[in-house]
Amino acid sequence: MCLAIPGQVVEIFSGHQTTALIDVVGVRRKVDLGLLQDDMPKPGDWVLIHVGFAMSKISEEDALDQMRILRALGEAEAAMQEVQGYGMDDVTTPNQHEIEPADKA
Amino acid sequence: MKFVDEFREPEVITKTAEEIRRLADPKRHYRIMEVCGGHTHAIYRFGLKDLLPSNIELIHGPGCPVCVLPMGRIDDGLEIAQQPDVIFAAFGDMMRVPGTQGSPLEHKARGMDVRIVYSPSDALKLAQSNPEKHVMFFAIGFETTAPSTALTLVRAKADSVHNFSVFCNHVTIIPAIRAILDSPDMRLDAFIGPGHVSTVIGCRPYEWIAVNEKKPVAVSGFEPLDILQSIVMVLRQLRKGEAKIENQYKRVVPWEGNRAALRAMAEVFELRPYFEWRGLGFISQSALRITDSYAEWDAEQRFQVAGVRVTDPKAAQCGEVLKGVLKPHQCKLFAKECTPEHPVGALMVSSEGSCAAYFNYEHRKTAMVSSIASVV
Amino acid sequence: MPQVRFREPQIEMAHGAGGKASRRLVEGLFAPLLFSCSSEPLGDAAHLDFSGTRIAITTDSFVVKPLSFPGGSIGELAVNGTVNDLAVSGAKAEALVVTYVLEAGLPTPVLEAEVRAMGKAARDAGVTIAGGDTKVVEHGKADFMYITTTGIGRPLHAVRVDPRSVRSGDKVLLSGPIGDHGITILLARGELDLEADLRSDTRSVLPLVEAMTKAAGPGVRWMRDPTRGGVATSLNELARDCGLAIVLTEEQLPVRGAVRGACELLGLDPLHIANEGQFLAVVAPEYADAALNALNLCPGGEEARVIGQVCEQPAGAVLVTTLYGGSRIVDMLVGDPLPRIC
Repeated sequence: MCLAIPGQVVEIFSGHQTTALIDVVGVRRKVDLGLLQDDMPKPGDWVLIHVGFAMSKISEEDALDQMRILRALGEAEAAMQEVQGYGMDDVTTPNQHEIEPADKA
Repeated sequence: MKFVDEFREPEVITKTAEEIRRLADPKRHYRIMEVCGGHTHAIYRFGLKDLLPSNIELIHGPGCPVCVLPMGRIDDGLEIAQQPDVIFAAFGDMMRVPGTQGSPLEHKARGMDVRIVYSPSDALKLAQSNPEKHVMFFAIGFETTAPSTALTLVRAKADSVHNFSVFCNHVTIIPAIRAILDSPDMRLDAFIGPGHVSTVIGCRPYEWIAVNEKKPVAVSGFEPLDILQSIVMVLRQLRKGEAKIENQYKRVVPWEGNRAALRAMAEVFELRPYFEWRGLGFISQSALRITDSYAEWDAEQRFQVAGVRVTDPKAAQCGEVLKGVLKPHQCKLFAKECTPEHPVGALMVSSEGSCAAYFNYEHRKTAMVSSIASVV
Repeated sequence: MPQVRFREPQIEMAHGAGGKASRRLVEGLFAPLLFSCSSEPLGDAAHLDFSGTRIAITTDSFVVKPLSFPGGSIGELAVNGTVNDLAVSGAKAEALVVTYVLEAGLPTPVLEAEVRAMGKAARDAGVTIAGGDTKVVEHGKADFMYITTTGIGRPLHAVRVDPRSVRSGDKVLLSGPIGDHGITILLARGELDLEADLRSDTRSVLPLVEAMTKAAGPGVRWMRDPTRGGVATSLNELARDCGLAIVLTEEQLPVRGAVRGACELLGLDPLHIANEGQFLAVVAPEYADAALNALNLCPGGEEARVIGQVCEQPAGAVLVTTLYGGSRIVDMLVGDPLPRIC
């Protein structure tokens, strides 16, 4: 059900069926792009591969965004602790949720 | 590995685990179900349970397509392949799953032509390069895998490959989740949603879980940081008394799903009125079969299939473990009659099966995590 | 009277895969009937004493498809495999004898190529091929050819390997990257349609073993070459034999990018994949640095690492820990590792 791996598109072969040569850390395989026909990837793009088919394009922006949020975890809390250390105990904890972007709709 | 290593960064994992401990209310006991077998495997493989506070319990769900396949279906598939000049092609996951007369690998040792394929398209290629044989592809999987089978059938028809057929055991995830929530012995607080199924079906199909059942769902990726972040998301919702669907796996999952994949499925498949799920019983509208316009490539229509129902041994408690009611080691057969070497049920064979995962990764761990200082 | 404990009605493929099933066959059928009353753990070679002269002896069979693959062929495996079994038992291979079981219909050029490969591998390993035997079987009864080599050698000075000498606190060393051979073979079979710039790592590890034992001999407790079944199987056997735990650190395991990529794609664990040019060593902590340095300075040993250590718990098991505090047990497989999609 679930084993799907990110791979980079090296070359696209158009024709009868659109396939791509993808690279996963030096391992290469031809992958069927038929499920991405509404939004074809280009060489250099990253796609998620499952059973020899590309399932989805991977958004580098969203990946970086996610890491940024995670790395910031605890910083608001640390800031709060510092503030509390100054004796300002009536300040409520800022909503951590505000750091999250809105869900993709 | 890009898009993999970042989500395994030790420092960020440690930080996220601290956030989980901060968010978990010590007065509450949280029961969070990860639906997908791939998440079960990841949780064990990355040792994520070691990072969670003791009041967060991860319950393994039924999202393992090998585990929920009744033994009779394996028997049927193997019976077709007994015929002369038929090649049985399937994913590696199926090879050790026991039928009543043995697993596909055991049949291979006895002379059946059994091949492991990585892709349904490889099975089709096998047919094209072996015109004097018939290749029967034993298809399994949820909506993650079904579109690939569908597209392969589209190609088989378009290229007039007549020595190829599919024995279709694709199942759908939503009815399984419904069956879990309808089960009276199940009390759950939130869900870690199946990330790769969602690349196809999107996030909308889970909305009823939030709206009707009032349970938070985080559709999750499979790296350690994905799963941990999903737990953070549902804990935050639970703290605020909220219930909504969140897309943790944004970098890959489109909210609306993959239209081309859904189109391919609609072209080739239709819902069976009902299908038997190992452990969950008969569930209506929960599995796919091949439509009449592709009848020639439907192994069930091309060959006579006995369709025998094989019940699991009474002592095996696969159903309860599948539903998350029992933990693997609580099944009477666990680690005794049922081991990865001699599996009684599919949960012990499939690498996603909770019994196999527990046996292989967890079973012999004693309280030594704390005693291991830096090793090297 | 020795009791046969092997209860299975027939032999299956799993019994040859090097994992749990193989162990059951050897310990349950062969050992009680063939090996003289000995409670000694089974090793890679037998060290025999003939009135004060010690000789090491071992044997191995080679069955591989395809016969030839990037980095080597069955001929080289047949030489290096036996040289390595002797090396990790603490002996220098001096001579081999060879048996060929050939399939009728095998093209002569194919046989010649393998024989040449064996000759070269033997010269490279500094070992004499002293003789052999040939049998031919009907077409279909041997995948082109099966080769068996039996090797004898001289025990290395002041090296005694015994799992019972392993202690908590000992370090686990690995000579280099794992998974190269097994993944190369898998890709060479062509069924998975994957390509990578990978070669089998088949080589004699004797020079590395000699360098390490020269620098750290008294501290070397145990060695093994992790062939079929991989590092996981070898270390599980050790854990069972010594009754202690082997704890590895995931981030320390040397794995080439392409091996990792193939394993991630196919759902395989590098710890279960066969190697033909690596070895594991357990070394007392006060000798570990000297052992590692000697390996790193030896040509071909640059990537040797300390990958873990021996602990008390979980006794009899192999545990892999991560830098962020997660851990998982790594068990022996039942049969060969299979690709998965779930």
